[in-house]
Amino acid sequence: MKPDKPLDVAPLLERLLAGDRTAIAEALNLVDDQRSAQRESALELLDGLAIHKEAQRAHVVGFTGAPGAGKSSLLNALVETLREHSLRIGIIAVDPSSQRSGGALLGDRMRLSASAREAGIFLRSMAARDRLGGLADATRASTAVLSAGFDWVFIETVGIGQSECEVAQLVDTLVFVAQPGAGDTLQFMKAGILELPDIFVVNKSDTGAEAERTRSELGGALQLAEAQAAAGWTPPLLSASARDRVGIDEIQTQIEAHRQHSRESGEFARRREAGQLAFATESLSRRYGEWGLAQIGGAGTLSGRLEQAGERSAFGVVLDLGREIENALRGK
Amino acid sequence: MSSPAVPDRPWLIRTYSGHSSAAASNTLYRSNLARGQTGLSVAFDLPTQTGYDSDHPLARGEVGKVGVPVCHIGDMDTLFDQIPLDRMNTSMTINATAAWLLALYVAAAQRQGAGTHELQGTTQNDIVKEYLSRGTYVFPPEASIRLTSDIVAYTVNEIPKWNPINICSYHLQEAGATPVQEIAFAMANAVTVLDTVQNRDDVSPDALPRVFGRISFFLNAGIRFVEETCKCRAMNQLWEEIGRDRYGITDAKMLRFRYGVQVNSLGLSEAQPENNIVRIALESLGVTLSKEARTRSLQLPAWNEALGLPRPWDQQLALRTQQILAFETDLLEYPDIFKGSHVIEGRTAELVEEAREELNKVLDMGGAVSAVENAYMKQALVESHTRRIRAIEDGGQTVVGVNRFEESVDSPLIEDSDKAILKVDDDAEREQVERLNAFRNQRNPKEVESALANLEDAVKNGQNILPPSIQAAGAGVTTGEWSDTLRQIFGEYRAPTGVGAAHTAPSSENIEGVRKRVDEVSLELGRRLKILVGKPGLDGHSNGAEQIAVKARDVGMEVVYDGIRLTPDEIIQSARDEGVHVIGLSILSGSHTVLVKEVLEGLQKQGLKDLPVIVGGIIPEDDAATLRQAGVKRIYTPKDFDLTQIMNELVDVVRAENT
Repeated sequence: MKPDKPLDVAPLLERLLAGDRTAIAEALNLVDDQRSAQRESALELLDGLAIHKEAQRAHVVGFTGAPGAGKSSLLNALVETLREHSLRIGIIAVDPSSQRSGGALLGDRMRLSASAREAGIFLRSMAARDRLGGLADATRASTAVLSAGFDWVFIETVGIGQSECEVAQLVDTLVFVAQPGAGDTLQFMKAGILELPDIFVVNKSDTGAEAERTRSELGGALQLAEAQAAAGWTPPLLSASARDRVGIDEIQTQIEAHRQHSRESGEFARRREAGQLAFATESLSRRYGEWGLAQIGGAGTLSGRLEQAGERSAFGVVLDLGREIENALRGK
Repeated sequence: MSSPAVPDRPWLIRTYSGHSSAAASNTLYRSNLARGQTGLSVAFDLPTQTGYDSDHPLARGEVGKVGVPVCHIGDMDTLFDQIPLDRMNTSMTINATAAWLLALYVAAAQRQGAGTHELQGTTQNDIVKEYLSRGTYVFPPEASIRLTSDIVAYTVNEIPKWNPINICSYHLQEAGATPVQEIAFAMANAVTVLDTVQNRDDVSPDALPRVFGRISFFLNAGIRFVEETCKCRAMNQLWEEIGRDRYGITDAKMLRFRYGVQVNSLGLSEAQPENNIVRIALESLGVTLSKEARTRSLQLPAWNEALGLPRPWDQQLALRTQQILAFETDLLEYPDIFKGSHVIEGRTAELVEEAREELNKVLDMGGAVSAVENAYMKQALVESHTRRIRAIEDGGQTVVGVNRFEESVDSPLIEDSDKAILKVDDDAEREQVERLNAFRNQRNPKEVESALANLEDAVKNGQNILPPSIQAAGAGVTTGEWSDTLRQIFGEYRAPTGVGAAHTAPSSENIEGVRKRVDEVSLELGRRLKILVGKPGLDGHSNGAEQIAVKARDVGMEVVYDGIRLTPDEIIQSARDEGVHVIGLSILSGSHTVLVKEVLEGLQKQGLKDLPVIVGGIIPEDDAATLRQAGVKRIYTPKDFDLTQIMNELVDVVRAENT
């Protein structure tokens, strides 16, 4: 095997900033690499990227919902609309892994149409693997890479409950896709996370009455939950049909509206900050465990460390703290 | 019981054929007819089947490979030159573009002076099984079913002796269907078509019995020929039941289950290929023994199909096999020889009952189209096929010469492996493109333009597509132009692959062993071993690719599989963006040399020349050597049935490339 030696990340960084697609793919491979030296190089690369404002212009949108809700078709339709405005788009699709073999079939859900492929949409699919509750740090690192090359980054995940909480911390705008009649609305309410999504879409409006019923159920539940929602933004409840290409423009309009609102209201900055803390916590605790974190004063001190970091990004802080923990280990 | 005075009439004796060019195929047809073949079965090349002219970029390497290229009326005229169409019975294996090829056939017949009413034959026109198995679909399901029903509605009045649709359970068995699935999914498909036709304004209720009577089936015959006999009898019963109960048909003649057969290709082996001669003969018994459920027409594959394209001599052997069965044995002299057999009737009844249950399940989902869109049927087939392959791997199912009795002396039939198959002339594609250009230059552009405008209007206004298509055929419109007009209106479809939800295999020692190796190499790589399974080109036979994808997941790899019909560029883009460690390509259409080389060159250009590529398909040894030379790391052919072993070798390849 090729040895796990630290990389000189400068050339890769340069190519990334120049928008080289092969470099984007290489960087995604690097941030996924679990070997010690590669991991440190990855954090260095991400830290280097974080200084460049133009490498962070992407707006990050999550698409989530139950299996079969039609997220992929809807996202495909939306992506085609966005392409008409010559926007550059990167997508991360997260698929479940087999618990037994660790293997996964990827990309089967998020299947790009021929025109999307021709238009050069970048798609990376990732397996959820065994990282229970730890998917977010890998996805965040990938998101940071894609943000360097694209105007929009979409993250598509499947599931109800836990994964919404994770995704909500990863994205600037969260879109929840419901399908008519499948009872997932009810599950969603039960999971008590109705306040997370910024936009609700009932897909498959071509099913008529059934879609209408789901829409009104969801609307009723939302009214009840509204008291808890973030001030200043009422999550819109939309209807769409990916099949008939209906309601796609409205989804785009609402994402744009939320983007503007969140930037103006400070919600955007607040979420990104919370996201950085979540990344630092997950990344360090997954690698070093609670005992490792205790060596640098415990998880509670992390937000302080991030605040003091100044120019250094969360990725750089994680790199520094990791080294501190490892030194502490060696000292023992 | 004594034998009847007059023996039964033999079935139509056909050979599925066509290659290189219309002229070469015409010569082949005429020599087959001279040898005693009684009907024609036209194989079209993949560009024709998927609606591209021979000079389209996607047609590269595919022209004239698996069948004849037909781009326009000139090709159709040449194909049937000196074959009087008013007296011929022609079966055309054509689906997405069936309406167009039928239009060309009608126009060619008219130019011969034949009346439309006299034409006899079959358009396969079964789009559902294309989504499930064969992969030459183009348009979304709803539009496809409309085209299918247009052909039915047109022929029922205008070409009354035509079989407008041949519901194919053949390809379902090739994709792994059990007898119950083969029966149930075929019936569900037929019901969906009939329901659609029944709801058309231009089909009067009193035409329904005739419509029902013209629906024919195309079955597979596997090696378990006793059960296959029961399957045919079961379909007989179930079809009549559906006709009576669902559509209120009472005329016994219209209720008759009519079917043709191509015997199984799935079970033909590359190892000891001469064994296939015997397999093919035995498989023929399953669909001919029972008079009540005897096939109307039979096509036998060539014994060396798993090695490459059959030569005229191989096709002759297939033809002689049928002739021996029909004219030398006493088969046709007896009434149904199973009448009163408790064993046959018992198994038949079981199949009817189980198939009825499965049929109702699909109908409850909303019919065959819904069960395509929600991937129910596809997934069921992938799972059945996985079980079958596993049974061969672990010896539960015997395949002589493959997993038992493998020891063999060298076969004199394949001593010179190069000469044991037919080579398509490398110039065929260039010459076809030249003829196409010459044809385009001599047409009247105004006529073409107005024919295409009429076609577009008819499609948009929901009128039957046949009349404007026949007009377009006469005006010199090409296959690509006709199809593009429809693509613009209907859009293109990508069918679900069915692999995503296939169940994980139960563990075995072998699988555990490979899993461990995958885990180890993943640790060394720093991330989990990731593979791209790609199907470049127009070939839609995706069973092999699907099985590899499922197996790779089962041994712990992360698998990217995007389905069929990708260009080499799309595969390269996907490999790069997805960050895979290895690419596996599957090609069964014979266009492997061109397509694989394009992928390798593209990888080089993208700076990915170290990304290892392996290839699976029907690849003659000569071509395999060429591909190895070009940089392919491993080549797998049908004889490599042990998928777990292939996975082991994949790990070796990745490890070697990363050291």
